[in-house]
Amino acid sequence: MTDAALAAAPAVSARDELETPTQRAVRRLFARKGAVAGLFVIVAFIALAVFAPLIGPYDPVATSWALVRKPPSTLHWFGTDDLGRDILSRVIFGARASMVAGAISVGIALSIGVPFGLLAGYRGGFVDALISRITDAMLACPFLILAIALAAFLGPSLSNAMIAIGISTTPIFIRLTRGQTISVKVEDYVEAARAIGNPPWRIALFHILPNILPALLVQATLSIAAAIIAEAALSFLGLGQQPPAPSWGSMLNSAQRFLTNAPWMALWPGFAIFLVVLSFNLIGDGLRDALDPRQR
Amino acid sequence: MLNFLGKRILQLIPTLFFVSVLIFLLQHLLPGDPALVMAGEERDPAVIAQIRQQYRLDQPIPVQYFYWVKGIASGDFGESLRIKVPVRELIAQKLPVTMQLASMAIVIAFLIGIPAGIVSAVKKGTMWDYGANLFALWGISTPNFWLGIMLIFLFSIELGWLPASGYVPLSENWRASLASTIMPAFVLGNAIAAILMRHTRSAMLQVLESDYVRTARAKGLSERTVILKHAMRNALTPIITLGALELGTLLSGAVLTEQIFSVPGFGKLIVDAVFNRDYAVVQGVVLVTATIYITLNLIADIAYILVNPRLRG
Repeated sequence: MTDAALAAAPAVSARDELETPTQRAVRRLFARKGAVAGLFVIVAFIALAVFAPLIGPYDPVATSWALVRKPPSTLHWFGTDDLGRDILSRVIFGARASMVAGAISVGIALSIGVPFGLLAGYRGGFVDALISRITDAMLACPFLILAIALAAFLGPSLSNAMIAIGISTTPIFIRLTRGQTISVKVEDYVEAARAIGNPPWRIALFHILPNILPALLVQATLSIAAAIIAEAALSFLGLGQQPPAPSWGSMLNSAQRFLTNAPWMALWPGFAIFLVVLSFNLIGDGLRDALDPRQR
Repeated sequence: MLNFLGKRILQLIPTLFFVSVLIFLLQHLLPGDPALVMAGEERDPAVIAQIRQQYRLDQPIPVQYFYWVKGIASGDFGESLRIKVPVRELIAQKLPVTMQLASMAIVIAFLIGIPAGIVSAVKKGTMWDYGANLFALWGISTPNFWLGIMLIFLFSIELGWLPASGYVPLSENWRASLASTIMPAFVLGNAIAAILMRHTRSAMLQVLESDYVRTARAKGLSERTVILKHAMRNALTPIITLGALELGTLLSGAVLTEQIFSVPGFGKLIVDAVFNRDYAVVQGVVLVTATIYITLNLIADIAYILVNPRLRG
C-alpha cells in the first residue's frame, strides 16, 4: 500500500469497535442497495415457492384444450402453454423446483466438500495430495458436462439432478476449504489451541471452521446461483424435473418448439431464472464486500 | 523456469490418471448394464454373453480399465454403441465445429469485455462505470439457453435476419457459416465478456493507483498515453491468461447452446450420447474435454510466466 493510501485509510470508528464482526457484516450488507434488492427478491421467491397453492391462480398441471397457447390476458396474465396450462401458475410452482434444487445441491456440496477440505488442509501430506489430485481431476471435467453425465447415468428426476449438481459443485468447496484451512492453521490462536492439547478434529471444527465461514458463505451464495442455472439446464434437457410437474427449465424446452406462435411461453420462465440468479449474485457480491476485513 | 515447467508437467500425470479413473468409473458405479443396452429389445442371453465377452465386460474392473487406457493410448476410444462409428472419428468430426464457435465466442468476449472493463475503471463512479457493471451482472445472470431462445425469436422469427438453427462449415461458404454461428457464439461469449469485464476493471483500478502511473502522469504525459500505454499493458497480461482458462468454460456452455441452435458440435454429441446411453462416446468426449481443459490450464500458466518478467527468474 502506498503512503497516500495509508494516510487516506479511514481511522477505525467507534462504531466498528463496539460491534461484533457479525453485526458489522450485516450492517455493511444492508448498506448495499444491490444486495438488499437481491435479498428482497429471494425472500419474495421463497414466499412464492412456499405459498404456491395459495398464490397460484390456477392448478399448474390442469390442461385444457380450449385454452391452448392463448396470449396473455386479464384471465391468464402470462398466457397459457401448448397444453392450455396457465403459465403464471406454472412459473409460481416452478419456483419450488429451482429454490429447492439450489439449496439442496449446495447443501450436498458443502457437506462433502467442507470435511474433505478441512482434512486435506489440516492433515497435509499424502492425504492432502490424494484429495487434491482427485479434486483437480473433477475440476478438469467441465461443470455442466459432469452434471449431465451424472444425471443421465443416475436417471432423470429432480432429486437425481440435485445429487448430480451437488457432486459436480463439491470440488469447488474442497479446494476453497483446503486453501482457507492452510492459511488459517498457522495463526497463533490455532497454535494456542493445539498447545493446550485439543485433538485435531476439535481444532478443525471449533477453531478453524468458524474462521473460514465467511469465505464459504460467499461461495455458497454464488454456487446457489450456478446450481439454479444448472437445474434449469438439466430440466431443459429433460434430465431434471419430469413433466407434468412444472420447472422453469422444462417450460423453456417446450416453449422453444412454439416460439413462432407463442413467444410468451419462453419469456416468463426465463425471466424468473434470470431474476433469481441475478439476486443470488447480488447477495454474493454484497456478502463478499461486507465480509472483507480490508474494506471498512 | 524450466524447473517450474517440469514440475508443472509432472503434476499433470496424476491429474490425468484420476480423470481417466473417474470417467471410467462413471460407467461402472452407476446403474445400467451396457451389455443389456447393446443387446437391444430381445435381450437374448447368448447375445448378452457374447457382448460381455467382446467388450471385456466379464473381466474384473481393473482389467477393463487397463484395456480401456491401453486403447486410448493408441488412439482407440472404442466404438459408438448406437451408430457403430469409432468414437475417434466422431470426435474428429465434431470438435472443429465447437472450436469454431468457441474461438468466435472468445473474440466476442474480448471485444466487449476488455473495453468495457477499461472504460468502467477509468471512469470509475460515473454512469459509464455503472452501466458496465450492470452489463456484467446481466451477463453472469442470464441463462445462456434463455438468451439463445430470445435471440432466435428476435433475429430469426421477428426480423428474419439470421437462420434459427443449423450449421454451415467455414470451408463451404464463409458468409453462411458466420451467419449460422454468430448467434450461438454471441450467447457463449456474452457470459465470458462479463467475467472479463470484471477482472479488467479490478486490474485497471489497481494499476491506475500504482506509482509508475503516477510518475507517467507527473511527467505530463497525456491521459490517453498513460492509460493506453502504461496502465493497460500491465493490467491486461493476467486477463489474457484468464481468456485461455475460460475456453474450458466454453465447452460446458456449448452443450446447451448447440442444443438450442442445432449446431452439430461437441456439446450436441455428448447430449445425444447421454440419452442413447452410448457409454464409449460419453467417456471419449468427457476425456477429450478434460484433456483440453488441463492443457489450456498449463498453457495459461506458462503464458502468465512469459508475460510477467518478475516471475521468469
